[in-house]
Formats: sequence, structure tokens, C-alpha cells
Amino acid sequence: MSDWVEACAAGDIDEEDVMRFDHAGRTYAIYRSPDDEYFATDGLCSHEKVHLADGLVMDDTIECPKHNGRFNYKTGDARGAPVCVNLKTYPVKVDAGKVLIQVG
Amino acid sequence: MTGGMVIIGAGECGGRAALALRDLGYEGPVTLVGDEPHLPYERPPLSKEAMTGEAPLIKAIASDELLAERSIRHIHSVRAVAIDRAGHAVSLSDSSSLSYDKLLLATGSLPRKLPMPGLGGRCVYLRTFNDALAIRAHLKPENRVAIIGGGFIGLELAASARKLGATVTVIEAQPRILMRGVPAEIAEIIHKAHEAEGVNVLTGQGITAIADDGAEVRITLAGGQEVVADLAVIGIGAVPVTALAADAGLAIDNGIAVDGTLRTEDPDIFAAGDCCSFPLAVYGGRRVRLEAWRNAQEQGALAATNMLGANEAHAAVPWFWSDQYGLTLQIAGLSDEGRSIVRRDLDDGAFILFHLAEDGRLVAASGIGPGNAVARDIRLAEMLIAKRATPAPDALGSQTVKLKSLLAA
Repeated sequence: MSDWVEACAAGDIDEEDVMRFDHAGRTYAIYRSPDDEYFATDGLCSHEKVHLADGLVMDDTIECPKHNGRFNYKTGDARGAPVCVNLKTYPVKVDAGKVLIQVG
Repeated sequence: MTGGMVIIGAGECGGRAALALRDLGYEGPVTLVGDEPHLPYERPPLSKEAMTGEAPLIKAIASDELLAERSIRHIHSVRAVAIDRAGHAVSLSDSSSLSYDKLLLATGSLPRKLPMPGLGGRCVYLRTFNDALAIRAHLKPENRVAIIGGGFIGLELAASARKLGATVTVIEAQPRILMRGVPAEIAEIIHKAHEAEGVNVLTGQGITAIADDGAEVRITLAGGQEVVADLAVIGIGAVPVTALAADAGLAIDNGIAVDGTLRTEDPDIFAAGDCCSFPLAVYGGRRVRLEAWRNAQEQGALAATNMLGANEAHAAVPWFWSDQYGLTLQIAGLSDEGRSIVRRDLDDGAFILFHLAEDGRLVAASGIGPGNAVARDIRLAEMLIAKRATPAPDALGSQTVKLKSLLAA
């Protein structure tokens, strides 16, 4: 069974932005959408293992800071060259002002 | 019988174009012709990871399996030698010939040759994976490496060579490194980083003579100094590969001349990537030729779109990056379009220079910093440039004003 882990406070991430979260030897990216929903994906780009949290969030897209690979952070879908491998996504919930993600 | 789509050049641009044709639903024959023995691969790692990685791995754009799955025929180790425009056919160096409905020339560029006598087997260039393998064999602690040319390839290679312990000298004829397209303030930071890592950077030093006996290279500088190296790598720019197009009577203008849709004057022949010059819409149609990875990718995809009958014009803003030691430089736009500069400081010593035209329009942004510190703001700057925005200089210069907020304005 996977556990829910507290990643940050809901207010730690601006709307339409992203934050890095490291846990148990893995790195994740936590997103807050323009509609104030929260999402989580693997933290590293599937192209060259760069931290996505340094990238730019526009609407439902995260763009890798290194080579502009784009993903839909809600679904993990790669959106064309140079990325072709989707990101793994993780369930997220907000509870009492805390953002929790279900890792593993 | 249809010849389908033929792509000459199996690099980043050609490879992406072939995949894009299938992404766009084209079902006819797609043939990709390359003169290297490898699968289409990414070139940016050649000066970096291919040198310093544990093993020199090729970063393929598409595997054999993917090419087979997408029904892309990849003909390798073969050059195109002539285009028969009237007959819609290309003849190849293996004496075969391919007919085409549409032809894409993605022939790329080759290193500019140093026009001097005395060059031998220890004077090399870097363009291909095989070039990289040959250079890599020399990057070891007991060796001295001379880099001729303080441009991106030379400097990235200098950083890799240092990482592997070689003694490195960079020789640049211009008064400073990165004269083309990089602001002096940023070039100076890179210069200092190289010196701090132990590279001997010699600027303003013309070369008067080279003697290469096959074991050692002796380089004599204008001031009389002599640099002795086990290997000299020459990185003094690139020239577009245009002979095939020129022989077919197509116009050449610092590259194969194409319009905004990447068509040559022959409506069935397109050119894209390093080999072509094209009008850049964001700067009023100024004709440019770009030697950049992302441009190759974008133009490959755009050419595919237009080969299938669309009429889309290239609208992207030029963008490139360079990694040296822990520093990343990113530049969006053409900084020579600017007349004034506004500086924005970021965390960790990173900063961005915004280049503004006389009328206040943002035309370029140059950033440098550790890791990916400048990436997000450079990307936002790129969007502002594309929008032809005229952001207030005070807002650009203030770290407290989010660039994203300027996009909405």
C-alpha cells in the first residue's frame, strides 16, 4: 500500500506554478493549476533527467527548463519533441491546508 | 507510383521531420538519407556528455524499432549527389536513385576549415559522433589540448577536457571569447569560469603558423608565443552544406534560400535547419541562418507540415543554450537587434540582460547562472519577444515584478 505524504503547505506554491518535493530518495514536482487544483508528477524530465520544478507552468503544461520538452502535468502526457516518454503522475489531495501526495 | 517524401540529411532536423510526417498522418513512403552510419542522433551532447560520460553513448532521436514501427526507411552511410528537379529524383552515392513528390534538404552544416597550411592528423574538428570518439580518446590527464576558437563548441569542449584532467589552452583571435551573439558581460563570466577551472584562455591572439607532425602540434601566435599540444581542436564556426542545392540551380544566400514556409523557389523542394537561410518574422523578415538544436527541430516539424500542403510560416524566436562547468547560458532572440540593456538579477548570482530596441521593444534576453536558474525567465522573455512586447524597463529590471505578469499586459 502506498502512503499519503505531506509535501508542503497549500500556500507554498503560487497559482500556475510548480515546486520540487523530495521524499525517500525520489524527487517529485507538485503543481498548482490556474484553477487552484494540485497535481504531482515525477520530478525529472523524461528526456535528460532535469528537475522540472525549474521549468515554466503555463495553463496545464509544464515545460522542462533545459530543452523545452512539454508535458501535461495533469495527465503526465508528453507533448512532442524532444520528449516522447510520459511522466508518471501521483494522486494529490489538500487536507487542512496541507498538500499530500500518494507516493510509490 | 509515388515517390513520397524524401529527406536528405538524417540529423536532428531530418529525423524530426520524418517523425513529424507520420505524426501528421501521412501514409505514403518516407525516406531519410544520411551520410553517417548512425541512427539520427542529438548533437548537443557531443561536446559534453559524449566526452565526459562513462561510455560515449549516442543519443538517438529514433531507435531502429521506432523507425520500423513508423515505416520510415533510413538509408545510412550514403550521400545525395544530385537532384533531378524535372524528373523529381535524387541520385545517391551508392548509384541508386530515389524519386520524390516532395524533397526536404536538411543537410546541416560542417565545421569551417582553418585556412592554413601545416594541419595534420592531430588537428581535428567536431561535428559527428565519430569525431567525438576520436577527440575523447585524447582527453586525459597527461595530454595537452589546444582549442582554436573561443566559441560554444570550443568552450564546451574545453570544459569537458578539463573535467577529464587534460591541460587546456583556448586560442581566440578576437579580443574576447563569444564575440558573436553573446554580450560582453556574460562572456566575461564564462571567461573567468574557464580560468578558475585552470584553462589558459588567450584572446586577441591570431595564429601565424601551425606545424603538426602527427604526434604533436606547434601553434605559433602573432605575439611570438608558441602553444604545443597533443591535440588541436578547431572550432571556428560552421558553414552550411549547400552544394547539392546549388548544383540543382536553387538560390543560395548564406545557406539554401527559403521563404517563411521553408520552401525553396522550387515548390516541391524545402530546406530546414542549419543549411537554410530564412526570413525571421519577429524581426521584420530579416534573413538569418541559425545553427541551433531547437531551430533544427522546429523547422523539421514545420517543413513536414508544409510538405503535406500547409502554408505555415516560421514564427519562432531563436533560442539556444550552452552548458559549461556548472553554468548554463541561455539566449532568446537576436541580441544585435538591441540598442540598450536592462539587467535583472536573480538568485545565486544568476542574471538576465534584456535587450531593447530603440522603440522599447524587447528583442532579446541573455541569461547566465548556475544550473537552470535563468531558464524560466528566459522562456517568459521569449514569449514577450514573440509578442513584440514593449515592457517597462523598470519592471524588467526588478526581481519583485514577475515576468509572467508582463505577459498578460
